Amino acid sequence: MEIKVESIGTTLVVKMYGEIDHHSAQTFRETVDRELAMKNIVNIVMDFDGVTFMDSSGIGVLVGRYKQIAARGGKMMIIRVKPQVDKILEISGLKKIMECSH
Amino acid sequence: MENYMKLEIPAKSCNEAFARAAVAAFSVQLDLSVEELADIKTAVSEAVTNSIVHGYPDMKGTVKITCRIIENILEIEVTDCGIGIENIGQAMQPLFTTGSENERSGMGFTVMQTFMDELAVESEPGVGTTVKMKKRIRG
Repeated sequence: MEIKVESIGTTLVVKMYGEIDHHSAQTFRETVDRELAMKNIVNIVMDFDGVTFMDSSGIGVLVGRYKQIAARGGKMMIIRVKPQVDKILEISGLKKIMECSH
Repeated sequence: MENYMKLEIPAKSCNEAFARAAVAAFSVQLDLSVEELADIKTAVSEAVTNSIVHGYPDMKGTVKITCRIIENILEIEVTDCGIGIENIGQAMQPLFTTGSENERSGMGFTVMQTFMDELAVESEPGVGTTVKMKKRIRG
């Protein structure tokens, strides 16, 4: 998995490429948390256009980042979600707490 | 059609991607849809990750994966000889997890149940755990 981050004002844009599972979740978590610790970030946009697979390990990471952003009074959204990832987001209930779009 | 395959991997997280890809590659001889293939990959990923994370907390041991095709049904068994599950009913509850570190979502069994047609879990503390899943391929 490859991950690119870019901050635009107080919004962090996270671009993911590849498969998110228990093995790659650690890189995902650490990369985002490093940005949150260093910069004045309020919102996160997760760009999932390059994500070809995600299992429930990814849900754990997304919920953890969502909690941090919610504590800062911000919003998190996931964009360009593929059907396999959409199904996981749906059954986990994540779509009820954050904006997810195709 | 009848066919089978057996795979054994050390309980290393880098093997999770290999395990689901191997099962997916075996499954494509069935005439399955893109969604069915994604469902199978996801369910296998959950079962193998459970064995690695929960079965072997010290990351030492092996995970065995057996797949069988009987007509249009794919059977998958994921077995570990790890610490086992004390209370299977509780482990299968959505959001329940013992993995407090690293933000486990507690959704693994729920995903397997949702994405496959049948799920059975056999476990004995100190002996290990076997997860049996079946999916009827509609194509």
